[in-house]
Amino acid sequence: MTSYIIRRLLDLLIVLFGVSLLVFLMLRFIPGDAVEIMLGANTDISPERVAALRTRLGLDLALHEQYLQWLGGVVRGDFGTSIWTGQPVADEIAARLPVTLELTLLSLAVALIISFPLGILAAQARGSTWDTLVRIVSIVGLTLPSFWVGVLLLYGASIYFPAFPVIGYVPFRDDPLGNLARLSLPCIAVSLPMISGLSRMLRSSLLEVMNADFIRTAKAKGLRARVLLYKHALRNALIPVITIIGVQLGYLLSGVVVIEQVFAIPGLGRLIIGAVNERNYPLVQASILVVTLVFVLVNLAVDLTYAWIDPRVEYT
Amino acid sequence: MSTFLRKIYRNRVGFIGFCLSIIVVVLALTAPILRTHSPTDQSIRDRFGGPSAEFLLGTDNFGRDLFSRILYGYRTSLTVAFASVGFATLVGTLIGLVAAFYGGFIDRALMRLMDILLAFPIILLAIGVLAVLGPSTLNTALAIGIVYTPIFARLARGPALALLTRDFVTAASALGASSWRVVGKHITPNLIAPIMVQVTLSLSTAILVEASLSFLGLGTQPPTPSLGLMLSESRDYMLISPWVSVFSGLAILLASLGFNLLGDGLRDLLDPTLKHI
Repeated sequence: MTSYIIRRLLDLLIVLFGVSLLVFLMLRFIPGDAVEIMLGANTDISPERVAALRTRLGLDLALHEQYLQWLGGVVRGDFGTSIWTGQPVADEIAARLPVTLELTLLSLAVALIISFPLGILAAQARGSTWDTLVRIVSIVGLTLPSFWVGVLLLYGASIYFPAFPVIGYVPFRDDPLGNLARLSLPCIAVSLPMISGLSRMLRSSLLEVMNADFIRTAKAKGLRARVLLYKHALRNALIPVITIIGVQLGYLLSGVVVIEQVFAIPGLGRLIIGAVNERNYPLVQASILVVTLVFVLVNLAVDLTYAWIDPRVEYT
Repeated sequence: MSTFLRKIYRNRVGFIGFCLSIIVVVLALTAPILRTHSPTDQSIRDRFGGPSAEFLLGTDNFGRDLFSRILYGYRTSLTVAFASVGFATLVGTLIGLVAAFYGGFIDRALMRLMDILLAFPIILLAIGVLAVLGPSTLNTALAIGIVYTPIFARLARGPALALLTRDFVTAASALGASSWRVVGKHITPNLIAPIMVQVTLSLSTAILVEASLSFLGLGTQPPTPSLGLMLSESRDYMLISPWVSVFSGLAILLASLGFNLLGDGLRDLLDPTLKHI
């Protein structure tokens, strides 16, 4: 196990190095002069301003020196300063990250809480109306555009529950109820595809386990159905479900980035889109880097949990 | 082809998906014939109209016919989906085959690069590419194509590695078949089934990603009709006329659902071992 963890951490370092290199090179891939494009919206572009920004971004150095300088900053938490406000990019991200993380974790929790009973129900009642219903819902849910669901929920709430706070964000410690109320609709919209994916996976995995020999043996010795399901079958059925949580989380994060636009939630998604639109590249780079870092770390955690739960995993 | 149709007909889910996909593709192809109005001509007098005999699905805030706009939206959406998945299939499969065939350093380097691309959440990588290239329909296709490339590289490499050790491949090499002949004649045909399944499923998600990107304003730019963009703009006048939001979202769902079900059905048909997943 220890050697497996060490190997995964080494893999992680290589991937993170590659990710940082790609994000760094973003600015250099831009067709044309990045500095002039960034200043494009300004009316008074003097050669001095262009030169000043070039120096500030370190674009006058050799490429490898630029990368090392940039990476050195990133490692120390210094992502440069915003082109427009002059504020440290790290401060803006630090202010937005908790909002996005809260929405993502809440949606993950909702997805887990709802998909488990659904998956178990469908597997137990295999072939019944319930099973068909859960199957249809999960197939449609998987391709449901979460931003559309968000728009419809927003519309429904504003017509039928005009008093319900749906737009914007208040921090949890200022107003816990207001915070949860405002995040409830985005949460539903974003978690639907994940609920579908997980319940479907749990259903098929549970059905497979229920056919296994050890379940038949347990049944034959007269074990009660409840114990059989929860103690023997479910535990084993969860293993493949855990592996897809990592993949699903990627979709979840993508959904969150888009849904923040629908509900005007001041998270990283809105920050990134705003930064792309105003060509604030240091902010774009830093936001992508931070979210990807979180994503990679969560995936690592999922993999390690998987290896820990299932002793059959080969550490090769 | 007729056996395929018979088989897909027996698979209920796959058949529904097959029909939906065909309908969507036909709607997109025949948009210039089926359209009842121009998708871009404005008519202020007719704005915010509900479904009627003249405007089948109603009109938007500029009085443009929603039905015709959705037809043309499908054109944009499917163009991006097919172009991006086509790009990813060609480039990804080629990378996977080259990695499997040459092995060693080339294999490690290529697959590492794919791992790095997979480390980004899908939408963020696409946003990053679009931030660099600028928003446009073509760039959206390229961005989604790059995002999907590693999926096909991994998909091709695994089975290709297994096939390379099989006797019939060794025999072909021993008989003097060139490397390209071995890969082209003996390896690739065996990869077609899993790739077809992945292509169909990727089309389904590519339609969603394209809609998300244009919803965010980073994809197709106005006045070109795009389903995501239409949904995004409709939010401003939802309380006056919810039709545009409802129908443009529904259009996205139907297209994505169609290809997803078709992919599911194909997987059952072509790869019986994966039936339960």
